[in-house]
Amino acid sequence: MIEVKNVTKSFDDKTVLFDINATFETGKTNLIIGQSGSGKTVLMKSLVGLLRPEKGQILFDGRNTLDMSAEQMKELRKEIGMLFQGSALFDSETVLGNVMFPLVMFTDMTRGEIRDRAMFCLERVNLQGAENKYPSEISGGMQKRAAIARAIALNPKYLFCDEPNSGLDPKTSIVIDELLSDITHEYNITTVINTHDMNSVLGIGENIVFIYKGHREWAGNMKEIFATTSEALNDFVFATDLFQEVKDYILAHGFTAKGAARRK
Amino acid sequence: MNDNVLFVINAAKFEQKMIFIDSLATFGKYCLFTKRVFSIPDRWAVFGKRTVGEVSKLGIDSIPLVLVISVFIGAVIAIQMQLNTTSPLIPAYSVGLATRDIVLLEFSNSILCLILAGKVGSNIASEIGTMRVTEQIDALEIMGVNSANYLVLPKIVAFVLFMPILVILCMGTSIVGGYLVAVFTDIITVSKYVYGLQAMFIEWYVWYGLIKSLFFAYIIASVASFYGYYVKGGALDVGKASTDGVVSSSILILLFDVILTKLLLQ
Repeated sequence: MIEVKNVTKSFDDKTVLFDINATFETGKTNLIIGQSGSGKTVLMKSLVGLLRPEKGQILFDGRNTLDMSAEQMKELRKEIGMLFQGSALFDSETVLGNVMFPLVMFTDMTRGEIRDRAMFCLERVNLQGAENKYPSEISGGMQKRAAIARAIALNPKYLFCDEPNSGLDPKTSIVIDELLSDITHEYNITTVINTHDMNSVLGIGENIVFIYKGHREWAGNMKEIFATTSEALNDFVFATDLFQEVKDYILAHGFTAKGAARRK
Repeated sequence: MNDNVLFVINAAKFEQKMIFIDSLATFGKYCLFTKRVFSIPDRWAVFGKRTVGEVSKLGIDSIPLVLVISVFIGAVIAIQMQLNTTSPLIPAYSVGLATRDIVLLEFSNSILCLILAGKVGSNIASEIGTMRVTEQIDALEIMGVNSANYLVLPKIVAFVLFMPILVILCMGTSIVGGYLVAVFTDIITVSKYVYGLQAMFIEWYVWYGLIKSLFFAYIIASVASFYGYYVKGGALDVGKASTDGVVSSSILILLFDVILTKLLLQ
């Protein structure tokens, strides 16, 4: 579990995050949502240690990252996997090389064991057969899946995803969402996904934190989001007529199953 | 003095002060970056493999450029020497002597490194800069890898180790360039050129050129890496960082050329 307590982050004179409190639970897909410029990327970068907040605590199962030494932070990072918006695969390595990278750097496994583990991860994301291709030779969706395979190679306890559906078509987005959800439940990891894709919110949002103008405006799950009284959240999630109709339908008939909104 | 003139003078002084402070800040940032680069690699085997790869990419791939430039510049130096030393008091063999000394003292190290700052420096800055803007460096950091050490140290080690080979190739090829002028033209005889090459030879000049080139190789690799590593923005910024890296390393090469010449030749 990751707990965020009273986190404040500023750049020069501009405060981007105001006293944020949130809890990201283990074994659940936790979503950070919000408009562009709301501060959700800054929050995620603060969580993974790429930015350092001025105030507050970020607790990874009780361990405050803001009190950690560089060496302790380095150790913690071995428990973290991250999927970047642009995949961030290493151009000079093949897909297999990318997945093997963290295993080569941080384990004492033999070359054969590393290869087997990397192939297992690639099979888990349905990328068998693409292992010898370079990132530039595969599609955006395949790049995301390769990046997920790399992120789970070391069996992380925490998985962070920055806009995993950005640049993908709706069908591929669903594949990525379901893959992330499956991996989260299968390995019982704490997954935090930064997104503004409403399909993701309504499809896999087990625990959702809504950031509005740097404040935590709302927190709940995908069922509770339909009954929210937050005007800002309503404007954000149900901004289109289609989503407004989905909301009306769900409120009238109840939330039946995962993917109901999508099918509607 | 009227108020406008005073305002302009004060503004100019303020600007100079800001440039000085910016330069100090950049130097401080460079020192911190260097500290991160020169730490113990996480995996020596990975470091070794990457260093060999960089030797190939930065060193061996530069050989054709070095050979082509050296042979032509060597030929041009020989022709220029002959055309500009028409006095009967200057012996004909001085063409070979001057060509050799110009090549050993300046061309094979300082000028060659200025040329390589363009090729290798822009290659390094754009490669690392692209990795920065595509979040590949962030990915390394989040995995717990010291990205500065992982990416930059193999480049510095590889280029510094390979530079003497490039310098020796440059020295030899430039002198061959001059020799070809003697063979294929009638402006100087081969025997006089060869005699000039051997006359009053000072071995230290070769060492002087090699020592300077090590410093210059370090400047090219580290400064270009620094500019690439701290790129912010997109493709345009990578291009700008690449240019800034080349310009800064060229200026530093010229500055250190003066300092090292003073230290090594006096």
